[in-house]
Amino acid sequence: MARSNKPIVWGPFAAGGTVTALVTPVLILLTLLAGLGHAPDLLAYDAMRAFAGHWLAKLALAGVVFLSLWSAAHRLRITCYDLGVRADTRVATIVYGVALAGTAASVLYLTRI
Amino acid sequence: MSRKPYVRPVTAEWIFRHPRYVRYMVREFSCLFIGSWTLLMVWGLKQLAEGRAAWSVFLDVLKTPESVVFHVLALAFAAYHSVTWFRLAPKALPVQRGEDFVADGVISGAHFAVWAVLSAAVLLLAGAF
Amino acid sequence: MSERAIELEVLRYNPETDREPAFQRYAITCREEWVVLDALNHIKENVDPTLSYRWSCHMAVCGSCGMMINGEPKLACKAFLREYTGVIRVEPLRHFPVERDLVTVIDDFMEKLKRVRPYLMPKDVKALEAGEYRQTPAQLNRFKQYSMCINCMLCYAACPEYGLIPKYIGPAAIALAHRWNQDSRDGGRAARQPEIAATEGAWECSFVGACSEVCPEHVDPAGAIQQVKIKSTVDWYQEHLMPWLKK
Repeated sequence: MARSNKPIVWGPFAAGGTVTALVTPVLILLTLLAGLGHAPDLLAYDAMRAFAGHWLAKLALAGVVFLSLWSAAHRLRITCYDLGVRADTRVATIVYGVALAGTAASVLYLTRI
Repeated sequence: MSRKPYVRPVTAEWIFRHPRYVRYMVREFSCLFIGSWTLLMVWGLKQLAEGRAAWSVFLDVLKTPESVVFHVLALAFAAYHSVTWFRLAPKALPVQRGEDFVADGVISGAHFAVWAVLSAAVLLLAGAF
Repeated sequence: MSERAIELEVLRYNPETDREPAFQRYAITCREEWVVLDALNHIKENVDPTLSYRWSCHMAVCGSCGMMINGEPKLACKAFLREYTGVIRVEPLRHFPVERDLVTVIDDFMEKLKRVRPYLMPKDVKALEAGEYRQTPAQLNRFKQYSMCINCMLCYAACPEYGLIPKYIGPAAIALAHRWNQDSRDGGRAARQPEIAATEGAWECSFVGACSEVCPEHVDPAGAIQQVKIKSTVDWYQEHLMPWLKK
């Protein structure tokens, strides 16, 4: 038995789980408030453009998107196995693929802001 | 004497054998909501990049009943993820001070405190109130 | 001392005559203070001598009498009848093949236990004349809870990942490897990593936590496994990103 390369996928999962535990609930609250008609000031177009225009914010947003999508993907992979889906390699390719695609898309959009 | 060990089959019904397994599955399912909300936000970034009109479309979508229901569920599941994550943190990161270990409650409590302060700060800076 | 009428529903299996296991019900009179093991012993001595099960110390230190009692992995000597109402269902420990009645085939665990080398591999080999290895209370506490494992395998029965992935090395094996890794006298961590940091090692754990919940000795194997994951991850990134650093 050799040491696994699982840390490649687990490291970002653990980091992402921590990040999503800390920031995701309050961010969901922000967009929920917007949906209920009490949009926070930051979600106004000019405020968001100003915020997302800063290179530091872009970096943070891309990082949060990557870690959130990756940890969700990793957990989904495990859940599929728990539910009896045996094609782990295929599931892993799909879920991590979506996470990376989502990250790439967010980076693309951020460069256009 | 002949041996013929019997292997009991494992089916997905293990999830319902005890409340702890149901709670585990609920925790795991939080990833669907966190993941899909994040993807929704990626679409939001696209709309933000495309301009004022596109951003309006994004805000309008957030206002639909489906979106509100989704957000309420997502918030609940995300909070459950946070609570379970912070309660498990001391198991993964034990801190030994002298002979004894720092109590689990202290380590979890510190995580919850950071979560509360960070959330309040974000709400304040975002102008939510 | 008062008595109580109890009904036990026990999963029976005779490999020589049965195609598959089936339940058999026993109605007996028990003492109020008995545990399930006492009830089984009473059945074997007075009702049905063919009933087979493992037990030894009757005081929760040997780890022999693990079985499913009303669907929960428990030590039969620690499952008090007064905790239960109605018919008590007794089955062999889950996730292990059934040898006969409540006796399971535990070879898989025994083999995995051997693989993690759960013994001292001294960092500095001392000649006997040089005296004892000394440890402070702090050094002892670093591994003490993991040394309390009695190899009862309740954690394997509780772990859904072990049920789904038979190759998974499992909670107790990893906890015991961790016990030695944490021991200040030990220098064998590198030797144990190929087993516990393999894919079938700690990485199959998804932190359900059931193992720690059912552990009768409060070993907290789940905690040990997460600590192994973190250490292994730090090792991996250090090796691959900063290979010039010595561990």
